[in-house]
Parts: sequence; C-alpha cells; structure tokens
Amino acid sequence: MGFALHRPSSLEEAAHQIAGAEDGKFLAGGMTLLPTINQRLAAPSDLVDLSTLPDMVGIAIGDGTLTIGALTRHADVAGSPDVRSTLPALASLAGGIGDPQVRHRGTIGGSIANNDPAADYPAAVLGLGATVITNRREIPADAYFLGLFETALEADEIVTSVRFPVPSAAGYAKLKSPASRFALVGVFVARFADGVRVAVTGAGPCVFRVPDLEEALTAAFETHALDRLSIDSSGLNSDIHADADYRAHMVMVMAKRAVASALAAR
Amino acid sequence: MTMTSIGIGEAPKRKEDVRFLTGKGRYVADIKLPNMAAAIFVRSPFAHALIKSVDTDAAKGAEGVVAVFTGAEMDADGVGGLPVGWGITGSDGEPMKEPRHPPLAVDKVRHVGDPVAVVIAETPEMARAAADLVAVDYEPLTPVVSMIEALKPSAPLVHEDVPENLCCDWSLGDAAAVDDARAKAAHIARIELVNNRLIGNPMESRAAIADYDRARDHYTLYTTSQFPHVVRFLMGGLVLNIPQHKLRIVAPDVGGGFGVKQFHYAEEAVLTWVAGKIRRPVKWVSDRSEGFISDRQGRDHVTEAELALDADGKFLGLWVRTLANMGGYLSTFGPNIPTNLYAPLLSGVYKMPAIYCEVKVVFTNTLPVDAYRGAGRPEATFVLERLVDVAAIETGIDKVEIRKRNMISADEYPYQTPVIVEYDSGDPMGCLEKAIEVADIAGFEARRHEAAQRGKYRGLGLATYVEACGLAPSRLAGQMGARGGLYESATVRVHPTGHVSVMIGTHNHGQGHETTFAQIVSDQLGVPFEDIDIVFGDTDRVQFGMGTYGSRSLVVGGAALAKAGDKVILKGRKIAAHLLEAGLDDIVFEKGDFKVAGTDRSKSFAEIAGAAYVPHNYPLEVLEPGLEEQAYYDPINFTYPGGAHFCEVEIDPDSGEIELKSYVAVDDVGTIINPMIVEGQLHGGIVQGIGQALFEHGVYDEESGQLISGSFMDYCMPRADQLPSLTISPHTTPCAHTPMGVKGCGECGTIGSPAAVINAVVDALKPLGITHVDMPATPNRLWNVIRNARPTSVAAE
Amino acid sequence: MNVSFVLNGKPMSVDVEPSTRLVDLLRETLDLTGTHIGCDTSQCGACLVMVDGESMKSCALLVASLEGAVVTTVEGLASPEGELHPMQQAFRENHGLQCGFCTPGMLIAAVDFANRHPSPTEAEVRGWLEGNICRCTGYQNIVKSVLAGTAAMHQSV
Repeated sequence: MGFALHRPSSLEEAAHQIAGAEDGKFLAGGMTLLPTINQRLAAPSDLVDLSTLPDMVGIAIGDGTLTIGALTRHADVAGSPDVRSTLPALASLAGGIGDPQVRHRGTIGGSIANNDPAADYPAAVLGLGATVITNRREIPADAYFLGLFETALEADEIVTSVRFPVPSAAGYAKLKSPASRFALVGVFVARFADGVRVAVTGAGPCVFRVPDLEEALTAAFETHALDRLSIDSSGLNSDIHADADYRAHMVMVMAKRAVASALAAR
Repeated sequence: MTMTSIGIGEAPKRKEDVRFLTGKGRYVADIKLPNMAAAIFVRSPFAHALIKSVDTDAAKGAEGVVAVFTGAEMDADGVGGLPVGWGITGSDGEPMKEPRHPPLAVDKVRHVGDPVAVVIAETPEMARAAADLVAVDYEPLTPVVSMIEALKPSAPLVHEDVPENLCCDWSLGDAAAVDDARAKAAHIARIELVNNRLIGNPMESRAAIADYDRARDHYTLYTTSQFPHVVRFLMGGLVLNIPQHKLRIVAPDVGGGFGVKQFHYAEEAVLTWVAGKIRRPVKWVSDRSEGFISDRQGRDHVTEAELALDADGKFLGLWVRTLANMGGYLSTFGPNIPTNLYAPLLSGVYKMPAIYCEVKVVFTNTLPVDAYRGAGRPEATFVLERLVDVAAIETGIDKVEIRKRNMISADEYPYQTPVIVEYDSGDPMGCLEKAIEVADIAGFEARRHEAAQRGKYRGLGLATYVEACGLAPSRLAGQMGARGGLYESATVRVHPTGHVSVMIGTHNHGQGHETTFAQIVSDQLGVPFEDIDIVFGDTDRVQFGMGTYGSRSLVVGGAALAKAGDKVILKGRKIAAHLLEAGLDDIVFEKGDFKVAGTDRSKSFAEIAGAAYVPHNYPLEVLEPGLEEQAYYDPINFTYPGGAHFCEVEIDPDSGEIELKSYVAVDDVGTIINPMIVEGQLHGGIVQGIGQALFEHGVYDEESGQLISGSFMDYCMPRADQLPSLTISPHTTPCAHTPMGVKGCGECGTIGSPAAVINAVVDALKPLGITHVDMPATPNRLWNVIRNARPTSVAAE
Repeated sequence: MNVSFVLNGKPMSVDVEPSTRLVDLLRETLDLTGTHIGCDTSQCGACLVMVDGESMKSCALLVASLEGAVVTTVEGLASPEGELHPMQQAFRENHGLQCGFCTPGMLIAAVDFANRHPSPTEAEVRGWLEGNICRCTGYQNIVKSVLAGTAAMHQSV
C-alpha cells in the first residue's frame, strides 16, 4: 500500500488536504477503507485522518433529538445509557454491526459517508429522518443517500455529526449474511407523531424507504398491518446469499420483526 | 521421582499448547532467512484462455526486481509436470487420462488463478508492483464449469488430448446383480443430489520458503505441508530432478490442513527451482484471496442413486451413478478420492447384497479438486443415508427401524461387503442404541409439537456411517492404483539419560500428536511423559514417512511407534540380561523396570539406557552399544470407525431461517488414547460437516468461470454463534488388527454430520412432502423449497 | 514518521511509513510473530491485539494511530517470568486450541470479553466470538475455555 497520511487539526485543514490530494480519502475508523486497501481494491494517494479533529466524538440529548458525533464508535453508541434510554433501537443496531472489533473502531460518520448498500447505519439515518451535519451544511436524510456508495457529500465535505429526532417507538431487524455479517436485508421502522418511516438496507443498491409500508403502519402500528402487503422484487439485489424474491419477502419479515421490537421496547 | 508415566486412556494437557498460547508457534510465514527475496505469482484472470505471449521486460526493469520467470523457461530447463499419486483404470480397462500439469502454465490456462509467471523482488510490495507489469497476452476461450455441460460433445475441451473432458469412466461392483435386485424389488427409492464444492480454508494460508546452499549443492524448502517426505519424493524425484539426499523439506508448525496441505503444489516446485537460479532464499506467503484461487478444493459431485428394497424394507441392492469434478488438472490424489475412497464405502453399516457404482471423473475450468477432510467418505455416506431416509419416507417404515432391519450386527464381524472392503470390527447397533438414549429420541415428538406451537418446523435427523481410514494397507492401495506405499515409520531414540526422542513420519498440525504419541511411549516404556519429545516435519531429522491425512497418524504411525518401542524393550532386556547375569528369557519388563522374573533384582529403564551408551562391561560381540530402534508399519487392512449421529433443527417456515438445536454423536473410534483430544477432533469434524450442510459453498459463475465465493465475505464458514453445544458420547470396539486397537478419529465428524443435518432438515419439512434438500441448506434455499412445496408462504402465526 | 507507544509493558518509539499496519510492524519489524494474518478482508480475528484495553484488528490499524496507546499482543499476556495468564491456562486446561493459528486472536478477544463480563452465559461468549474464525475446534472447547478463563480472572482479582 503506500500513501501519504495527513493529520489535520481543523476541519478547514482537512478539507484543504483532501482537495490537494491526487486521489485522497478521509480516514475515520478505517474498518472498510483499510481492508479495501489491503485487498488492493483501492490505492489512494493520500489519507486524511479525521481522528485527531476535536469535537467529533460524543453523544448529546437535545430537545427531542439525539446528536451523535461523527467519530463516535459503534461500541460507544451501543453502550451509551443515553442512547439506550432515548433511542434503544439505535443502540441495538450499533451493537449488531460487524463484530466486536469492528465496533471498537468503526464510526457512524465513516459508515454513512461510505454508504455501503448493506450497512446498518444508513437504515437508521433514513428510517429516523435524521439530519446529517457536515462542515458546510445540514443535509436531511432523504436528500443524503443517493445511490450505490454515493451520497450528497461533496469531495471535501466532512460529516461532523448526525442529529436524530427521537421517535415515540422504533425497531430494527436484520437478516445478516452469515459470512460478512452485513445485512442481507435490514429494516428500520420509526413511529413519530406525524407518521411512520420505514427504511430498508441490504436489499437494494442503496438504502430506501417503502411508502406502502409507511402508510399501512401509520394507519395502524402493529405487525398485522403488514400482513397483506408485499414489495416488488424488481431492482433488488440478487447474489449467492439471497435472490431478489427472497430479499423482497424478507423485507416484509424483517419489517414485522422491527415493528414487534418497537412495540416491545415501548 | 514426582514425574510419572502417563498411560493410554488418560488426558494429560497437550505438550504443544504452551508455545501456541504464548505466541511462540513457528509457522512458515514467521521464518526469516538472511538475504531473503520475496515471490509473487502472476495468475490468470481467465478460467480458460490460450497464452499467446508473456512479456516480462517491464517487470524485470522495475524497482527491486531480482528476476522474473515464466512457464516456458521452466519447461526449457526440463522441469517436469506435477505428478499424480494414484492412477485409476476405467471400466473399459483404459488407464485414466493424465494430462501434463506444468507448475507454471505454458500454452494455456485452465482455471482462474492458474499461475503463469513468478516475480522475485527484494520485498513483497516490490514484487507485487512488478507483477502488475508482466504483460500476458491471453486469447480467452469459452470456459466450461458444469460437469454436465463438460460431458456434452459440443463442450470446450479443457485438455485438447482428453475427449469429452472425461478423465476416466470408472466403476465398481456387480451391475448384473443390482439389476436383478431392482427387478425383484418391492420398492425402489431414488434420489438425485449434489455434493457441494467446498474450500477448506485452514486458518493459516499456504506459504513456502526455498533456499539453495551453493557450497553443499543442497536445497531446503520450508512449506506448509502435511507430508514433507512425500513432497521431497514427488518434487525432487519427479518434477525438479533433485536427488533426495540433496533436498530437505521442513514443515514446521502448520496452522490446520484438513487435506488442503497434503498435495504437492506448483508453488513449492517453482520456489525451489527459483532458489537454485537466483541463489538466494525466496519466500512466498499466500494471502487469503490468492488461497481461494490456488488451494485445492473439495467434494463437488452430482449423483443419482437408487436403493432396491423388498416388502419388509430389507435392502436388496444399491445403484449409484456419480459425476465427480477434477477441476482443470489432476491433483496429487484427485482421481482416487471419488472412486477408491467413495464407492467401497457405499455399503455403510448395512447388509447390502449387491452394489454397483459408476463414476465419471470430469475435467472443468475450475480449481483442481482433491481430498478435503473425509474425502470420498462423506460423499458416500451422504448418498446412502439420504437414500435410506427417502426409502423410510416412501415405505412408511420409521427411519430408525429401517436402519435396524438392515444393520450388520456385532456378531457378524468381520463382515465382507460386496465392494472390496472387509470390516474387521464394529458395533453399529450399539452405537445407534446409545445415540437413541443420549439424544432422547423418545422425547422428540413432544419437542416437535412444542416447536409447532411457536410456528417452527422441528426435525430430527439420523445418520449412521462407516469409514475406511488408517491409510492404508500398501497391498490394497497398490491394487487400487496407488503409485507409492502407505506405511509409516518411527524411530525411538533413548538418550543415555533415559530421555526419549521419537522421530515419526506423520505431521502434527492440530491433532495433538506430540501429546498422544508421548502417551504411547510413556505407557509402553514407563518413561515420564515430560521426558519424551516427538520430532516430526523435517526430512533431515525424520527417517521417512508418508505424513498425515486419512485419519492415519495414530493408526499407522502410532503402530510403527509401538513396534519400535517393542524393539527398544527387547534390546533393553538383552542389556539387562547381561547386567543382571540372567538369561534373556528370564528378563521381564514391567512398569519401567527390567526385572529378573521371580526375584527382586532389577534395573531401571534409565540405568539400562546409561549402560547402553557406557559399554565398559558389555558383551560387544553379541550386542551393539546404543539404544535406538526404528520400525516401519504397514497395516493389513483399513480401519473402520463408524457411528450414529442425531441432529435436531428448527426451521422458520416464513423466513427459511434454520437453527441447529442439538447434535449427538456416538462414534466407534476404537481404543481411545487421549479422550480429551479425541473429543476435540470429533467437535472439529462435526462442525466442518455442519459447515458443508448449512453454510459452505464454492460457487463459480457458469459463464465466466470466475469464483464468486472468493473471500471470507462470501464463503461462509461456521462461527461460534451459529452452533449449539455438541454432545459426544463414544461407544467403542477395538480394531482387530492394529496394535493398540485404535481406528482413527480425525474424519468421523465430517463424514457423519452432513447427512445427519440434511436428514433433520428434510424431516422438519416432512409436512410439506419434501424428500430432499441440497446443501448448503441456507435460509434462501429453504425458503424456496418451502415456497415451491406450497404456493403461498404461511406466516408463523 | 515517529510513533511512541507502550508495547507489552515497554515504552517504545518506532519510525514507520505512514501506511504501515500494526500487524506488519509486529511481525516483520519487531519479530513478534504471535499475531497472525488469516485473511485479507479483516474478518477472521487471527490478528487481534489489545489497544488501550480493547481488542482490535491489527490488520486494519495504522501504526500512525497509536501515538500514546498501550498495546498488548499475545506475547504480552503471560507474566515476564513465564507464568501463563489465567485465560491462557484455561485454554490449556480445556483443550481450547488445536493447530494454534487462531489462538492468539481468540485469547485477546477472550481477555477483552472477560474484562467486560464477570459472569457471562455461554450464549454471550458465542456472540462475542463472532469475529474470530476457527477451523479446528468447532468452537466448543474455546467457549468452555473462555467461560473457565473468565471465572479464573475474576477469582484471582
């Protein structure tokens, strides 16, 4: 491998360093980037290490919101008493990412900036309608996830935190790949005063919402509300672990489990 | 003296553990030699292509590059092809087709990962960068991946000189007798199944270091091998033409094998040859991605089979037709596995009056296939035990009952099967009865009912098995086409102090030989366990050997060791007879002391050892100084471990998710030397079999021949959180012909478990009328099976 | 670049390329070959080391990130006098290893687990080990070892 490593002391410096690099990447926990480089699937010229930046780690409860610093690790979200009391579904999601060692290093900012189609956090960010806060602006979740590994972030834009609205109930359920531990299908369900949001990860090229399910659950927030619904498998991922029809079916199964978990947590 | 001998049947903690627990294991990748260069292989990205040219100029000019070599250069230097250790013969009397397998491909590549060139540089990074500069001009050809496609007349040929891609059309048994059985059968059960391709993935990937000593004109190869002496013979004798006394093979600590490391690989020959050319040590360490496209793979059968039964459910005959994938080249034992290690096991633990099995051995553009833990025997067990379950379902006879009706009873041993092998000993009924007890089969229906209340399908699966291991009687192996012998050797060197070094030709890579073999010596010679060292894995320190595979180490190696120990005792008695002024016949050896029978006169083992090396007053005319003996042991028969395994699973009919609820294994491994180690071997074997049944699958893209399951992201192996605690409860009968009565235990688990698990899966789905599910039974596959059985899926309500 | 950290109880300062992974520093430069490489997708757990009291994958960790850190490898578990750590002892007592290749990573994961879970269930142990692949043991005796080692660690405190 062989790359230059930059250790910026401010967001401005970090943005400047990435702009000046031939093929630069931001480094957060490195749980995706470093294995990708190890496998020689990527060979960036420069890494800009965000871990030295101030004010990027932490969990804050606001007025109906929960804000998590971009470099807060999965293990810290999973173990946080604040998250467990205000948004237990998020704590549980973070506690199920990868394996313990991934959770000791991986960060929420790194996960959503990468936007792996099978990652867990995008389901929570979209499912809760969170706001992605960067060094430049605030981006609503609905405008943030654009496609396969694609987000609304500009090349030199850095996620600094994510602000989650606290729902009245939420749940997450996933069918994980027994090999990679990524989600083959993950469904996040969140109930707010003005309606229910449902986000699906792992099943398509990018995390997505399911309006039919949202409507049904807004009308009645119970598993039976989903009984007669299904989703179309066209456009869903199909691979050796799960074909598109199975994924479509498992979206419904996981949605019901997520609702059941949301109801149980209440 | 506080240290005492530790005998057979005890469970001392392992001698080898401390070095591994403290990070002091010494694996090949840990070794650094002065002035060592690094090798990287340039591998084919295509499954099938002609090599038009290989341009190495740019790579040779890159930073840090020492040399670049191609297949053409090795060819020009007279390097031979990689040899095959077994030659099988077709039912038409024709020998198998054995196309040449150059260590580096010359004109054509035949699977993704086929090595084309090797780049040597100062560091692995430099070699890797230069490897990208090797320009290979390929002309891609259409690959053939499926065996069914490969056998069609229009199929592309993997080897131009092998028509229809058919290596061998092999058969065993009596076709006419089976036809008769089918004609008079009251019922014929039929099955079509696939035995899935597996990739062994020992946690240590393969590695090699070659060194050439110009002053001594001598080569040393450090390699991750299960059989260093065989590598010396095959590589030195048949590939590189290096005299055996000028070649040393060292296989130090090896991080798991499971068969993957019991072949002579191209990289070993290339590195050794390169070391002679560049006159420097050179090291290659495979990374995991490379391992997926360069390690030998396992299984991969397509089979149809029929079992004929009379009206009482008695077996009349078994007919089996199998296609067995060899991949792009024949590997060291490749053609032997789906033939000689498969068809002779098709009688199982049953009285099967007639058997006929034909096997088409087929080339495809996939990685070569060879032995993987169990090797042929799990495939045979899977066919038979699935078929017996299908017969039970179709005849309405209970699955335990139908097995009991046909089982060989303990008093019928030795039992000659219609397919070559004669079982010397066993008690399958005893194993089954015990398993029924331990697994609480009586309580199963209540458990099934309770699961149904929760919306889950619960299933109970049973598999019995027998295997032939302790490879192997050379006489029988020779008749089957083995090109070498399969004995084992041991030297027991008693030092003047009474300490003992054992040099043995087997290889320890997790099986606990350093402990088990020391127990044998301690038990036999009365020497303290701590005073015994087991030496293996170095052709310069160990006289000879065939290595470790086929559950042979204790059976064949342990027997050689016991035989050498007998010789030590005999010589010790001669020395004692002299020192104690008694006749040889009056000297008895008891509990570590040489005694004059009926008296209190005796000499300790250590005293005799000392006297052997300080022969001041010694009958030199009739007795040599020294106390060191060597023995070779060639077994007279295979050994036949067997057993009965029960498995319970629960399936969520709505999602296809499956949970393994319990697993009970009752195995007859013969005499148990160390119960702790035997249990560990059974655990590991069973879980690898569970891996085959539920998780593991080597998948190739049919169009391109690319390996899709080419990393740990996609090739799924069992993890701790997917498994229940297994219950191991041996029921043993001693082997009739091995010195200690041992039978071997390394492969038992892998042989019994795939059938037990899939039988449980099918039993769970019994309400849907399903009689077979292919492996691996993933949630997606189960969901499809359930969905196709019933048009609409039913939610667990 | 220069990085200072504590390794197995000893302060050290190393000069490395910015891209140097911890596992390569350990194995190639410092000859601490107990830490193993079992995959290239950061999934097998053979390379685990303890960093500031938490198990981490040394194949996905830059040495540059370790300034001021306290790192323990498998070589640092036993006492300097050679007395095995209670977890090492438990693996030995319970036949928690066969070929030994996954063992260093298993030990590090196990010690980390034990520090957090004074009285765990078998299911908790199995869940925690999801990042460690073993091909030899079927995990059964590893799980048994971790339970025994955890009990021993909390007894001896």
